Amino acid sequence: MAIFNLNINGSEHSVDVDSNTPMLWVLRDHIKLVGTKYGCGIAQCGACTVHLGDNAVRSCQLPVSAVGEQKITTIEGLSEHGDHPVQKAWLEIDVPQCGYCQAGQIMSASALLKRNPNPSDEEIESAMNGNICRCGTYTRIKKAIKTAASSENV
Amino acid sequence: MTKLKTHMGRRAFIKNTSLASGGLVLGFSILNSCKSEQAKEIAVREMPKEWFEMNSYLKIGDNGVVTIYTPNPEFGQNIRTSMPMLVAEELDVDWKDVLVEQAPYHADKYGFQFTGGSRGISARWEPLRMAGATARQMLIAAAAETWQVPKEEITAEAGVLQHAATKKSAGYGEMASVAATLTVPEEVQLKEVKDFKLVSRSQKNVDAKSIVTGRPLFGMDIQEEGMLIAMIEHPPAFGLTLKSVDGEAAKALPGIKDVVTIKSFKDGYEKGGFDTNAFPELVAIVGNSTWEVMQAKKKLKVEWQPITAYSETIAGFGGKQTINIPAGLESTTTHKSQMEALAAKPGKVVRKDGNPEVAFKNATTVLERSYSAPFLAHNNMEPLNAFAHVAGDKAKIAAPIQIPSLIIPTIASSLGIPKENIEMDLPRMGGGFGRKAYAHFVVEAALISQKVNAPIKLVYSREDDMTNGIYRPTYHATYRAAFDENNNLTALHVKAGGVPESPLFANRFPAGAIDNYMAEEWTIDSNITIGAFRAPRSNFMAGAEQAFLDEVAETMGKDAIQFRLDLLKRAKENPVGERNDYDADRYAGVLELVREKSAWKENDATKHRGVSAYFCHNSYAAHVLDLKMENGKPVVEKVVCAIDCGVVINPDAATNMAEGAITDGIGNAFYGELTFQDGVPQKNNFHQYQMIRMKEAPKEIDVHFVQNEIDPTGMGEPPFPPVFGAVANALYKATGQRHYEQPFVTGKQIVG
Repeated sequence: MAIFNLNINGSEHSVDVDSNTPMLWVLRDHIKLVGTKYGCGIAQCGACTVHLGDNAVRSCQLPVSAVGEQKITTIEGLSEHGDHPVQKAWLEIDVPQCGYCQAGQIMSASALLKRNPNPSDEEIESAMNGNICRCGTYTRIKKAIKTAASSENV
Repeated sequence: MTKLKTHMGRRAFIKNTSLASGGLVLGFSILNSCKSEQAKEIAVREMPKEWFEMNSYLKIGDNGVVTIYTPNPEFGQNIRTSMPMLVAEELDVDWKDVLVEQAPYHADKYGFQFTGGSRGISARWEPLRMAGATARQMLIAAAAETWQVPKEEITAEAGVLQHAATKKSAGYGEMASVAATLTVPEEVQLKEVKDFKLVSRSQKNVDAKSIVTGRPLFGMDIQEEGMLIAMIEHPPAFGLTLKSVDGEAAKALPGIKDVVTIKSFKDGYEKGGFDTNAFPELVAIVGNSTWEVMQAKKKLKVEWQPITAYSETIAGFGGKQTINIPAGLESTTTHKSQMEALAAKPGKVVRKDGNPEVAFKNATTVLERSYSAPFLAHNNMEPLNAFAHVAGDKAKIAAPIQIPSLIIPTIASSLGIPKENIEMDLPRMGGGFGRKAYAHFVVEAALISQKVNAPIKLVYSREDDMTNGIYRPTYHATYRAAFDENNNLTALHVKAGGVPESPLFANRFPAGAIDNYMAEEWTIDSNITIGAFRAPRSNFMAGAEQAFLDEVAETMGKDAIQFRLDLLKRAKENPVGERNDYDADRYAGVLELVREKSAWKENDATKHRGVSAYFCHNSYAAHVLDLKMENGKPVVEKVVCAIDCGVVINPDAATNMAEGAITDGIGNAFYGELTFQDGVPQKNNFHQYQMIRMKEAPKEIDVHFVQNEIDPTGMGEPPFPPVFGAVANALYKATGQRHYEQPFVTGKQIVG
């Protein structure tokens, strides 16, 4: 066990955990931010996607000891009032069915639009291919990403 | 207006009112932290100072805000929006004044809280509207009493009561305190479909804001003071059970509290149809955090032993049934050869019309084709989980499950406590698709909590979830068609079976449309457990039948849609047999609608199109699927879909579900497969089990509903089964080769 000081959603958090503990479980069990989901534990489904700096990463494969000074953003911290353009587009298109994968989808989509504000269909498909939606909302996810891309201030 | 005696409902309401008289009984509020974003938005406006309970489904605040308790658990069909819409429509309240709360499990107040079998909306269609209409009538009566005017002269609309002659007006909130004291009316009047103002108009998902902001909603998200995390270790193979465990090394690791064994059923307990459980004896490991428990789980030293064969009587929906569970370690290769052997022998004849034997004997040509599909795992995105806190003879449970009432007796028996002492909340499920109808994991959570004397959350790893059983069975079907010298279809024969159940529906189309028809079935016992999976039998039979009919039409030189319509015309005008369980007109209706909307052309050489239609769960669905081959891989360009499920409550949400069903069907048709070697599932996570991803999803989906005023029927399942046939038929057009074995893509080389 060791103490780790983490910057999550702009706040400082201190946790005392084994250094191998993945950020997924640090977030869910220790910091009680449960918006980041457990789906597979092997970086195959994308439900646990968070931002490390500006990049989308699978938090189930990110040991707490590898984070250091880098800032982590989770779905809870993507925007203050749930009004990030991607979140707004998700509401406009009414994307979710069960909703379990959607936090991961939104974190992947928002990272994509940050580095590529006007992605093509192929670029969207490539960036989102690591996120499984068992309910099959892919057509709406793609539409929502395009909606967000066409809005301002992505 | 439809007058409806409250007859059945009245008793329920009286009972409910008395139950609720001591204030709102909502069990315990384990999901308090899960207050929705919707509630927060209303709170910003103004929450009422006082609530008045009208019946178990709704209460009205003194400021006119209405809380509707939605009775059925949610797993993504958006019933937490559509069910309250039914109440709000008849109450005639502004939708923006409605707050939705999930009802806990409470059979007396909420009836059969079953989400599955596509029966949610159809089962709640009248009761929920009645709940709204009853409250509205009581509000009108309260205004009549207060204003001393005849109640017939009072209107109630959008949350406002008015009396035109005296120009009196009051919000529902102002009359709620009086209304709540009145006698429940003997009779209620329900609106005509044409008068709906809310229903049949798309409303946004009430939980969408909570979902996109990552609020705790799911069973997996529950956190309670003092809660420990539990995981289970089940046998690595079907056909094995627990022999012994050495948990010392695991217990020595940091954060680990205990290693225990549990037994899910008391000896001699008579199981229900949803008590399915291949692994009733388990090892459980309990600790402070999920990661610590996951690490310690690897250190468990468990010995397993073979099960012995047994028979048991199950009290299911269809009465008592005896099933045989064989011993042994089963493999897919053996299943395949067993299925082929049985398919070659006479089966049990379930239906026979005319004289099929003679028709086949006299046939000029016979077309015979066999179809098969593997076991499928549900792979819900949220792995199985449950919270339980058993203290003494009381249990508090939060269970993301589809049928709470059917697991309560088992929990009570296994814990040795009265049923009445179990409180159960119903958090949102991260997917269900039939899997979470089988709530063995809730029994496990309760037993673990009882053993370790602490509140626990049981969490299945993805691997535990995928290898635990309750799969869509593996099936096989052989179809034969007889043709005379003029190439007319003279007889049809289907023989179908599976491990361990038969997928056959002998009285479905094309039964009733063919003079000489025979349906046979067979089964092979297995110790691999199976269960509901988005219409498990239908989703195989639809694929086989619709692919075969496509080939029959081709053999006869007929257009694929017109051929089906001709058969349906025959079934309507001069049906063969009397037990045909479909409405030929509505069946033809979806085919005609999909033909129009897809701009279907006979012998269209410009597109690789497949058509398919099916009836199940009282609804009709047809798809036209366009596919092309790209670098040896099939790409679905567009799917046009037509559905007849009667009145559509929330059109955009229903469209979303149809889009999902189509994507799910394509994924399973292309990739879905679970195989076994010596009882061991050969896939345990998504690196091995291929799920459809965005790249493989259809580029475009276009959903249409038949407009009618028929009482609503199922929506969750019906659009799913016909996808398999549409994929098979389009794949044939794109590749020139018929595909008979699912999955169509995984492990195969497809030449385009």
